[in-house]
Amino acid sequence: MARAIPTRRRWLLSLLAWAVGLIIFFPILWTVLTSFKTEGEAIAAPPHILFFHWTLENYAEVQQRSNYIEHVTNSVVIALGSTLLALLIGVPAAWAAAFAPTRRTKDLLMWMLSTKMMPPVGVLVPIYLLFRDWGLLDTLTGLTVLMMLVNLPIVVWMLYTYFREIPADILEAARMDGARLFNEIVHVLAPMAAPGIASTMLLNIILAWNEAFWTLNLTAAKAAPLSAFIASYSSPEGLFWAKLSAASTMAIAPILILGWFSQRQLVRGLTFGAVK
Amino acid sequence: MATLHTRSLARLMMAPSVAMLFLWMAVPLGMTLYFSFIRYNLLIPGPRSFVGFSNYYYFVTDPAFVAALVNTLVIIGGTLLITVIGGILLALLLDQPIFGQGIVRLLVISPFFVLPTVAALVWKNMMMNPVYGVFAQIARSLGLAPLDWFASVPLLSITLIVAWQWLPFATLILLTALQSLSEEQREAAEMDGARRFSIFFYIILPHLARAITVVILIETIFLLTVFAEILVTTNGGPGVATTNIAFLVYAQALLQFDVAGASAGGIIAVILANIVAVFLMRMIGRNLEA
Repeated sequence: MARAIPTRRRWLLSLLAWAVGLIIFFPILWTVLTSFKTEGEAIAAPPHILFFHWTLENYAEVQQRSNYIEHVTNSVVIALGSTLLALLIGVPAAWAAAFAPTRRTKDLLMWMLSTKMMPPVGVLVPIYLLFRDWGLLDTLTGLTVLMMLVNLPIVVWMLYTYFREIPADILEAARMDGARLFNEIVHVLAPMAAPGIASTMLLNIILAWNEAFWTLNLTAAKAAPLSAFIASYSSPEGLFWAKLSAASTMAIAPILILGWFSQRQLVRGLTFGAVK
Repeated sequence: MATLHTRSLARLMMAPSVAMLFLWMAVPLGMTLYFSFIRYNLLIPGPRSFVGFSNYYYFVTDPAFVAALVNTLVIIGGTLLITVIGGILLALLLDQPIFGQGIVRLLVISPFFVLPTVAALVWKNMMMNPVYGVFAQIARSLGLAPLDWFASVPLLSITLIVAWQWLPFATLILLTALQSLSEEQREAAEMDGARRFSIFFYIILPHLARAITVVILIETIFLLTVFAEILVTTNGGPGVATTNIAFLVYAQALLQFDVAGASAGGIIAVILANIVAVFLMRMIGRNLEA
């Protein structure tokens, strides 16, 4: 029940909240606006906020100069590929933890989580050397598998918290009826847990898309996803803000929109059930 | 409940995840540990002889290490200060019955979904540039001298960027926790004539304590290895002014090819992270039983 509060106070609070929200969002808004300006207008002082000559030339130029589409494809392949792989391996594990727990299940889950607490620099050197020796540096295969491993603990945990809410009796009833385990998972569990599986996928795609430690260290020109590609704009070569903005806008737009839909799952997935 | 048959099946289904995570963590970590005790530089051929703790000794006595440790703590401390206090205030504000609550919420959580490299470059150039940046333009229009952020306060600049990225996380978790506070409890306190100030300190803050701890622990683990933001803005400089432990290990390994020294640094980072992780795991474990 919302409390009744005076209208005047409600307006004042709303004004304050909107002002704060817009200030926090401003860098993103500014990036999007700048991407439609010419390089000259991008650095105009005082800045032209809305009344400038809107242009799409930056978007065309980013593609021409750097084969942008290839990096988008890399991002999509790595994010989707690693997510699907992680689900393939994670769903059975989460099923086992939720529906056939043993004395060691809790310890196993905690151990999986502990791998997520390991700072990546702790294994940077051997992973880099192994990738180099196995010819996996700057390959999509290497990065997809790596990203799957990075996010697997989160996938198992999130799925586990969703599966745990499904009454085990229903699965057992299916089993009584002679359903085999594969059918039990695909035809009984999966439809019931569909929203949970979808949110797990969503969060995992976002995390894989935005990962920037391994992608920066293990890719160069060929397999670089957007996070590594944008980093190439850090070497200053004249004024490039409009182009930087266009490249950035395209890189963050899809994930920002996905992110807006995943607010609640975010809390669940990133706190491992410690905050409900 | 679980029959013998399902139990062995369960083990079979758990196996791939466990095996893969074991290979992913244990094997490389073991290699790091091994490298940290031998002589191993990619540029200097020779026998990889056992050298005891001397890699650790050189890494820790390097003046850059102390600087990096301090910088790591400043980035973590500064970001936590901004995100926890800012997050509490924002959560309180968003919990009010404001117009367009859903949209304001979307605006506030958006920075979390921005690629780290994009966030860093947009802030460095379009916000903090001393001539054309938005901050400089605002300063000039107010008659103030614009600040050259990355030249005069590089570490603060990076901390601000990181804090901007993590503020939504703190806000979202604290808001979730705040909304689970029962309305009756708050109303009862109001009936008893409690002032807004005391309601905050005696009812709301204790209720949020657990969520605040979770935010602090999780952010600390991620912030120990802030990397992309440093790489694309300052490259650790000027000097080592913005080098943190993660960046120092990276520089040692991939720029100086000192595998052994970098491995010793990596192990030190793991130890630091574990100190925090122990507390976090204990909290999560307690929740698992509830």
